[in-house]
Amino acid sequence: MPEQNLAAIWVYLSTTPLLGLTATLIAYGIAYRIYIRFKANPLLHPVALSVVFLITLLLLTETPYSAYFEGAQFVHFLLGPATVALAVPLYQQWAKLKQLWLPISLTLVTGVIVGALSSIGLARLFGAGIQTQLSLAPKSVTAPVAMGIAEKIGGLPSLTAVFVVTTGILGAAIGTRLFSLMRIRDESIQGFAMGLTAHGIGTARAFQVSKEMGAFSGLAMALATFTTAFILPWLLGWLGLP
Amino acid sequence: MRFINGITLLLIYQLIGEILVLVTGLPVPGPVLGMILLFLTLLIKGRSSEPLEQASSGLLSHLSLLFVPAGVGIVVHLNLIAGEWLPILLTLLLSTLITLAATAGIFWLSVRFLAGRD
Repeated sequence: MPEQNLAAIWVYLSTTPLLGLTATLIAYGIAYRIYIRFKANPLLHPVALSVVFLITLLLLTETPYSAYFEGAQFVHFLLGPATVALAVPLYQQWAKLKQLWLPISLTLVTGVIVGALSSIGLARLFGAGIQTQLSLAPKSVTAPVAMGIAEKIGGLPSLTAVFVVTTGILGAAIGTRLFSLMRIRDESIQGFAMGLTAHGIGTARAFQVSKEMGAFSGLAMALATFTTAFILPWLLGWLGLP
Repeated sequence: MRFINGITLLLIYQLIGEILVLVTGLPVPGPVLGMILLFLTLLIKGRSSEPLEQASSGLLSHLSLLFVPAGVGIVVHLNLIAGEWLPILLTLLLSTLITLAATAGIFWLSVRFLAGRD
C-alpha cells in the first residue's frame, strides 16, 4: 500500500518545521534564478514570486499558514539580526552622513508625513474601510515595527504585514526607474528615498545597485522607523482618526 | 569561527535592544534600538571588525529572502483583500510612487539650497 505510506510520510512531515523552512528556501532559490534570468525585471521580484509559489503550495496541500510558519519562522527570525547588521554599512558612510544631517532631517520628517497621509487619503478616496485605511498607514516601515504601530492605532497587524511587503516590492520595482525619470543621479538621495518608502526590501534592492545606496537606504529605514513610531499616533489624533 | 563571532555580536546587540525596549517602553522594536547601539559603539571605537563585517554582509546580501514568510501571510487575509483589492492596490501603488518622488525631490532640493553653506 504505497499510497498509505505516502500519506503517513506526509502526516509526519507536515508536523515538523523542516518542510516550511525547506519550501521557503527552495521557492526563493527558484524565484531568484527566474529574476536573474529575466535581467532583474522588477515585475518578477523574488519576494513576490516566492510568495506566489508558496501560497499555491499551501492552497494545493491545504496547509494552514500557522503550520507553514512553524518552519518559516527561522527565516523570519533573521530579520532581527539583519536589522542590527545595518549599523555596519551605516558606520562606513558616517562622513557623508555628518555632512548631510540637515537635508536628511528635513526629508525624514516630510517624507514620513507624506507617506502616511497619502496612504490614508488615497485609501479613503478609493473607498476602503477605516480598518484598511489604518492598516495601510504604517506601510513604509519595516514589518515588525509596522505591525506594532498598526496594533496601537487600531489597524490589523497581520494585514499591515502584507501591505508592508507589497509596498517594499513596489518601491524596489519602480524606484530606480522613477529616479532616472526625475534625473536624480545622486546615490545617497536615491538610497534615502528607497529606504524611507520601501524599508528592507527597498534596501535589499539598493544594495544591488551600490554599497553607498544600500547604506543610505538602511539609514532612511532606521530613521523612518523611529520617526513613524512617534509621529503616526500623533498625526492620526490630529486628523481625528480612528 | 569569524562568521559565528560576528553573528553572536549581532544577536547580543539585538538582545540588549529588546531588553531596553521592555524596560523603557520605547515605541520601537528591539532590533532597531540594537542597530543604533551598535552604530554608536562603532563610532566610539572608531573602527569596525572583520567578523562583524562578514556577518553583516552575509545577512544583508539576501535581505529580501527574510521577508518571504511575512509575505505569505497574505493567504490569511485573502477574503478581506478580495473585497477591497482595487482600492488597496491603487493606494499602495500611488502612495508608494508619491512617497518615493516626494522624498527624493525634497532631499534633492534641500541639498541644493542648504548643504555646502558652512
